[in-house]
Amino acid sequence: MTAAPETLERENRLQALQRFLVDNPVVVLVGVLVLLFVLTDLVNRHEAGEPFVTWNQLSTTFLVAAPLGMIAAGQTLVMLTGGVDLSVALTATAAAFATAWQGGNGTAQGIVAGLAVGLGIGLVNGIGVGVFRVNPLIMTLGTSSVTFGLLSIYAGRAFEKVVPNLVETLGSDRFFDYLPANLILWAVLAAILILGLRYTGYGRMLYAVGDNAVAARLAGVRVWQVLVVAYALCGLFSAFGGLLLVGFTNNPDLGLATPYLLQSVAAVVIGGTSIFGGWGSYSGTIVGVLILTVLGSLLTLLDAMEWQRQVIYGSIIIVLTAIYARVSAPE
Amino acid sequence: MSDEAAPLLEARGVAKHYGPVVALRSADLSIAAGEVHALLGANGAGKSTLVKCLTGVIRPDAGTVSLGGRPTRARSPMHSARRGLSPVFQDPALVPDLTVAQNLRLTGSSIDKVRSQLAAMNLKVGFGELVGDLPLPILRMLDLARALTYDPQLLILDEITAALPSDLAARVFDVMEQRRDAGRSVLFITHRLAEVIASCDRATILRDGRHVGTMVPREGGEAQIVEIMLGPEAAHAEAKASERAEAELPAAEGQAPATKADDVLEVEDIHVGAVQGISFALRRGEVLGLAALEGQGQDELFEALAGQRKLESGELRVAGKAFRPRHPYDAVRRKVVLVPPDRLLALLPQRSVRENVAAPRYNSPLRWGPINMREEGRSVRRAVDALGIDMRASRQVRRLSGGNQQKVTIARWLAFGFAALLCNDPTRGIDVGTKRQVYALIRELATDGGAILFFSSELAEFPLVCDRVLAIYGGRVTAEFAGAAADEATLLRAMHGLELDEEAVA
Amino acid sequence: MTTVPADVVEFRGAAPWRRALRLHGWTIAVWLVLLAMVPYWRSLSQQDFKFDVQALAIDAMPLCFAAMAQAVVVISGGIDLSIGSLMAVINVLSAREMVDMSFRQALAFSLLLILLAALASGFTGLIITLTRIPDIVVTLGMLFVWQGVALWIMEIPGGGVPLDFSNLALGNVGSTSIPNAAAVVLVAWLVLWLPIRWLRPGLAIYAVGSSRNSAYLSGIGVTRTRVGAYLLAGCFTGLGGLALSASSGIGDPNSGTTYTLNSVAAVVLGGVSLLGGVGGLIGVIAAAYVLTMSKIVLLLRGTDPNYANVYQGVLIILVVVVGGLLTRKTRT
Repeated sequence: MTAAPETLERENRLQALQRFLVDNPVVVLVGVLVLLFVLTDLVNRHEAGEPFVTWNQLSTTFLVAAPLGMIAAGQTLVMLTGGVDLSVALTATAAAFATAWQGGNGTAQGIVAGLAVGLGIGLVNGIGVGVFRVNPLIMTLGTSSVTFGLLSIYAGRAFEKVVPNLVETLGSDRFFDYLPANLILWAVLAAILILGLRYTGYGRMLYAVGDNAVAARLAGVRVWQVLVVAYALCGLFSAFGGLLLVGFTNNPDLGLATPYLLQSVAAVVIGGTSIFGGWGSYSGTIVGVLILTVLGSLLTLLDAMEWQRQVIYGSIIIVLTAIYARVSAPE
Repeated sequence: MSDEAAPLLEARGVAKHYGPVVALRSADLSIAAGEVHALLGANGAGKSTLVKCLTGVIRPDAGTVSLGGRPTRARSPMHSARRGLSPVFQDPALVPDLTVAQNLRLTGSSIDKVRSQLAAMNLKVGFGELVGDLPLPILRMLDLARALTYDPQLLILDEITAALPSDLAARVFDVMEQRRDAGRSVLFITHRLAEVIASCDRATILRDGRHVGTMVPREGGEAQIVEIMLGPEAAHAEAKASERAEAELPAAEGQAPATKADDVLEVEDIHVGAVQGISFALRRGEVLGLAALEGQGQDELFEALAGQRKLESGELRVAGKAFRPRHPYDAVRRKVVLVPPDRLLALLPQRSVRENVAAPRYNSPLRWGPINMREEGRSVRRAVDALGIDMRASRQVRRLSGGNQQKVTIARWLAFGFAALLCNDPTRGIDVGTKRQVYALIRELATDGGAILFFSSELAEFPLVCDRVLAIYGGRVTAEFAGAAADEATLLRAMHGLELDEEAVA
Repeated sequence: MTTVPADVVEFRGAAPWRRALRLHGWTIAVWLVLLAMVPYWRSLSQQDFKFDVQALAIDAMPLCFAAMAQAVVVISGGIDLSIGSLMAVINVLSAREMVDMSFRQALAFSLLLILLAALASGFTGLIITLTRIPDIVVTLGMLFVWQGVALWIMEIPGGGVPLDFSNLALGNVGSTSIPNAAAVVLVAWLVLWLPIRWLRPGLAIYAVGSSRNSAYLSGIGVTRTRVGAYLLAGCFTGLGGLALSASSGIGDPNSGTTYTLNSVAAVVLGGVSLLGGVGGLIGVIAAAYVLTMSKIVLLLRGTDPNYANVYQGVLIILVVVVGGLLTRKTRT
């Protein structure tokens, strides 16, 4: 009538394992990352005759990944509320410009200007989405349209662009040969974010609002406050990303952060954060960022063309979301 | 067991599971031609799943269904409608952004026939209205009228009366009778046992996705139904629980006479929406019941008290001080808290029980800093223990059963602390066992000094739970009763505004 | 035992004119805005009326099609971020293949491309419905896939179309002063949308966008309808891509980038609710003209074209804010 006890037990254990993996996608993601490293290593040995997994390459991977890690941090916060911020790339670019513009007047002033611009754009987004309840997609597309217009007007005018030394150091230097300076900043912010999401009242409210805004309101949460802070933080994190980028290239230009828009969304989605909000974590996003970066190296190794990259990134977003949707299907 | 004629509908061993969750183990159902048949069971017993299997909304994993002696398999709701099986589902099958006429065109129903069905029920609805503008009870009636135009062999009514005021419900019962007289059958699903006893010929009872009994409700009565529904031991335990609940009533009444100082929440001549000037005082240590038909202003009253809706006029006081909530935050800060009728409005489905219960603690930006995890854990555990919430699937609240979810919505305010607890139909759609637990809890909270405002759509609950009951009709308080005196007949009369007692409050 | 209560329960909603105003008020308002803009636009221009109207229609044509495509998807309860890049694919494909074709061949090939676009868009819809991933994610992914495909077909702008084909966009209808570009949009609306709108398939699109559950319970094939909406949107997208080729005369893999945002803007301005189920294509066409005309007005005033981005961004946000406030009032 019923299955033998052992098989039942095995099924239960399988179910428990499945549930564990669904609840903790990071475990699977780290596996994917390791596989990707091994694959890239094999390809590199075949193509260039040397291993890819070296201290130097690992260090480079983190160096390249850190700006995306910053921008994706902001994107994670916003996506946890069930929204999306399509202005992150232009916010980062605007912050980079602001820093280079004020950089001549002192390091502190440059950095503050950059971060302030990021915070400002984020606040505008947050007020639009939180207070005026504009669809996040439209609000952030709108602000990026405005930002782009203003940037192209001011970028066209001649002004002295000075990237402060500190920003340059943060963006491109490595300590002890292998430790990228930007990794330190990233690690600190990541720790704050991961702990903050889990152990602060704001973190709880962010998840609550993303999961069920009506219920959150009923519990006395003023939803707009949570949203404004989320978008403002997203702007701030994007600005950090922009600073690291301009510190790396040392030359702000209009296309500085363009590829990071899609990649930030992709990293968050790969990291297992629900597109509807209320579920996910920054640790997942970090692994997502690393996966994307290693994949980028792999594609470079394979001499992939721009169009092939686009197709691959686009497909990854769709396929991975499909897989997540399947494994965590409503019970 | 030996029916002389072949039954109209015969389902055997119908089963359905979603992934690892079994919704329906093995359900049998047999409906004779020309009978009104009730389908009963606690929450999660599989009633709705069985209906969905019968009507082709979902595909069963196993089992056979035969209609008029021939095995069939329903492919879609419309397909089964064409074969004489018309369902009226719990959620209205009318699209909100289309007009009534467009909706009928969508399903290929005849507008004239629907109009004449409505006329037969003494209802008038403009067919040019947008469905989204119509109140829910009217939508259910429209749904019913549309189903009737197919003159179905079997009409399936899934909790249709849950959202209906009693004058409309009466029309539904009338339709059921007419169907029976015409030799057609009705499958009637409800939580209200009184309705079953009054108007059903037979009842099939499900428990844990299994068929556990078919009986004649008029003979067995409520007691037998509950016994079958809960199983022998549970029924015993539940009887004890109800005894306990009743035993506490005298204690509550035996308090010292109320004084002004005991007023936790004072409501003075407020107008909001359908509320046309209601006044009352909610005192410490009492459960104040509100009895009303659907749409008499009680929802607006709850929303206004909880800060979800602005008062048009009137005054509120909490502990003697003026209270003008403009957002639930203001209400929660003054510890006036709401348990909404639909638990989906209050839960964070993907978050843990702990986060759900602790949520109100962090609603102010002043408390967005680090959490004192140990203190939070303690307070949550206390509330969870008090309510006996099953914590086996606590990682995500959506994995809990309906009853446990409802307990979480109450546990939240238990942990947070409250001065006045506003319960708007806290037992809607949960099973009898959990209901009894909720009654007992509410009584206990009142004994401990809480003040509780209690609305229920089930009249039988009032004498069990309340110290005082106010009847509301047309947005006004029409009568006040002592809890023990609030029997169904008295309440019903007052709720219809039929008899204005002298004791009615000014 | 029980009897029907004798009293008749009647539900009386808003007065008919109020209801009509609520259903169509927005559309009327957009057309009024468009009309109101005309005098100002004329006052800035030095050219004669016929020429100006023609220029406006040509400029607005690709956006009209993009917006109609977006409107169909949004009404069905989705959103399509890949419209612009799919337009680019059709644009470069037509420009690459049509260079040496005769007019007739080009016309036949256009039909093929419209079919191709419909299938491509339907494929997106199929992925969305089969995997149950939200529209925004799938179409965001497809945005990049199609952009990649466009780059693969043609890396730098080039190609061309037959002169007669260009005239489909540039000329006038016969000797009238009705520009072809406007007539084509009108015909597409008449042929592709109007026959569907008031029949069951069209009602089904509205139903699915309004409430998926109610639509299913009403016996609508939800999957079928949603994929159908994407297919139909694909036809409009294909037309949009061809409109780009005809009006510009070349193929450009980056030609579609602005159309995703602008189509969403036109849809919102045109009175289609982003929640689905509400609105129509007539208002959306007017909105596409309003957006195009405001761009032209800025150019005529000699504003830095970069400011156009700023104004447009602000305009879009304002429209959504105001629209949101209005609908919240009327829908409680």
